[in-house]
Amino acid sequence: MAQSQTTHGVGGLTFDASKRHRPPELNVFFALILLVAVFEALGWLLMGDSFLFNTRPNATSIFNTARLTIIILQVSIVGIIALGVTQVIILGGIDLSSGSIVGATAMIAMSFAQVSLVNGQPNPKMMLPEGWQDLPMIVPVLVGICCGVFAGLINGFLIAYTRIPPFIATLGMMVTARGVAKWWSKGEPISFPTEGYAAIGKGMTPVFIFIALAILFHLILRYTVYGKHTYAIGSNEAAARMSGIKVDRHKVMVYTIAAVLASIAAIVLSSKNLTAQAGMGTMYELDAIAMTVIGGVSLSGGRGSILGTVLGALIFGVIISGFTFLKLDAYYQEMVKGAIIVGAVVLDQWRQRRAASRT
Amino acid sequence: MSDIQTNISGRDAPHADTTFGEVILRTEGLTKHYGGVHALIDCNFEIRKGEHVAIMGDNGAGKSTFVRQITAVEKRTSGKVWFNGQYVDFDGPLEAREAGIETVFQTLALADHLDVPDNLFLGREKVLFNLGPFSILDYKGMREATLAGLKKTGVKIPNISNTIQNMSGGQRQCVAIARTATFHSKLTIMDEPTAALGVQETAQVENIIRTLKEQGEPLILISHNMRQVMDLCDRIVVWRRGRICANLRKEETDGQDVVAYITGAKTQAEYADAA
Ligand SMILES: Nc1ncnc2c1ncn2[C@@H]1O[C@H](COP(=O)(O)OP(=O)(O)OP(=O)(O)O)[C@@H](O)[C@H]1O
Ligand SMILES: [Mg+2]
Repeated sequence: MAQSQTTHGVGGLTFDASKRHRPPELNVFFALILLVAVFEALGWLLMGDSFLFNTRPNATSIFNTARLTIIILQVSIVGIIALGVTQVIILGGIDLSSGSIVGATAMIAMSFAQVSLVNGQPNPKMMLPEGWQDLPMIVPVLVGICCGVFAGLINGFLIAYTRIPPFIATLGMMVTARGVAKWWSKGEPISFPTEGYAAIGKGMTPVFIFIALAILFHLILRYTVYGKHTYAIGSNEAAARMSGIKVDRHKVMVYTIAAVLASIAAIVLSSKNLTAQAGMGTMYELDAIAMTVIGGVSLSGGRGSILGTVLGALIFGVIISGFTFLKLDAYYQEMVKGAIIVGAVVLDQWRQRRAASRT
Repeated sequence: MSDIQTNISGRDAPHADTTFGEVILRTEGLTKHYGGVHALIDCNFEIRKGEHVAIMGDNGAGKSTFVRQITAVEKRTSGKVWFNGQYVDFDGPLEAREAGIETVFQTLALADHLDVPDNLFLGREKVLFNLGPFSILDYKGMREATLAGLKKTGVKIPNISNTIQNMSGGQRQCVAIARTATFHSKLTIMDEPTAALGVQETAQVENIIRTLKEQGEPLILISHNMRQVMDLCDRIVVWRRGRICANLRKEETDGQDVVAYITGAKTQAEYADAA
């Protein structure tokens, strides 16, 4: 018998460990490579230029670092939201409120981050009474995070204890939080943040924040009880309940973490733009869901990973950047974005049917 | 509250067998309605330490419903439950398990997308550092304990890192059984544990049950297999249309007799109102 040695087999069955199942993230990674290759080819065909590489004569690097920087900077803020959406979807839920939470948080946090004097004159856009300006950076950050905790707790309690479908509960929050964002300053933008606050979104900092949070939540989902229970509930909620997992409490926790991540995105975004507007973050929830689904997270719950979502975010960024590079109209971008979301879901359904037929 | 006998009001369950230890679980008037469906009606049930009791009855008789009430998977409509000398009203399955009730549910309660060790330790993961919900999982420890636990069931699983969704019905059932067999308990409940198992695996599971008997651990076994019940249990309680209709000591009955009770051809005098 030339069978390879079993390493995990129980009861005498053999298992060939060298033929490990290919992790689904690898497929997403290949898709990313393929996509870049397609844009590279189209670039040479249509534009006579490279998508990925530097073609200028005075090149200091092989890659077009400017383009790569824009890609990653573009996706990092929505990417932060997608980290939370990933957990919610693995849990078997959905969160439509993240974009509006970005709007509300940006407005509220920004009003705690204003300076008192602009060019020697009193700040014309002052939101809070005098004396509440020039606060240390930590104050608006904490205020912003509290907004996230508050919105997330409401989402979580509604879903866990009143058993409203997550779609409806977070849709309600989506409308309400947007209303809060508009009401807060009666529609006026809020500007002129302190230098400390402005530093959060400066340069490549959003990218570092995204990467740090991605690593943190990758580890949490993989190696902690919280992560295991999130997958278990998404996989089979009744079984999780019967196994003694406190499902309701856990749901509240996941929705709260998702909303906090959205509020962190709001802080970074308003800091980067040096202003907050009531319309900020509109449709971000759909972009975040798209990144998640492209990254292989199953909308029916129980499957997916943070790594997949990060790759999904990169694919998303490459597509947007590629379209700009090919000088396609922004209208086309939106249409194609929609098609990509639907395509990713179809792919997921197909994968599941195939998995089921193997059983 | 130490002596259950002095604390229980109402009538004794008939045929209580005093050759075993003290009462470990007792229900009085246990009732469950699902809307208009009366799935469980006024059940008085008792099991003692060291005793192995079989529950039999036709499909839909209310056997699994009874299990779900005891383990607090569902909230009972009415009735009282005592466990281990204490009146209990568990707030969810976690409390029931922490009190010492280990259960193999008929639906198995496994998470499809998780692998075998994850499922075995679902809801009570081994951890390296305790950080509340963010405690670090001890994958290695769980894996080793899983291999040891699975050996007891005699199951054949090519790769325990495979997810449950890729396993056969019998393999899944063995995982669920290994889950209860790995942990110490005061009472084990198995709802049709061998329904999907092959000959060898069934024999292994029956061995697990015999080991429980030797260790003096009480068991409630729900089964449609008459031979198995006669081999393994001391007493047979028959359910019919949500009610208990017979409570039979093994020595005083035989297969045909039990079938007569299950089908409704006979009803014990004590349960005449159930007919
Ligand atoms: N969640 C529920 N809602 C409504 N009716 C239910 C529910 N669960 C069970 N029932 C009904 O209660 C009755 C008892 O069901 P139960 O599952 O206890 O049967 P059982 O004795 O375990 O049968 P089987 O041998 O087939 O497992 C059935 O008529 C069933 O249809
Ligand atoms: Mg049943």
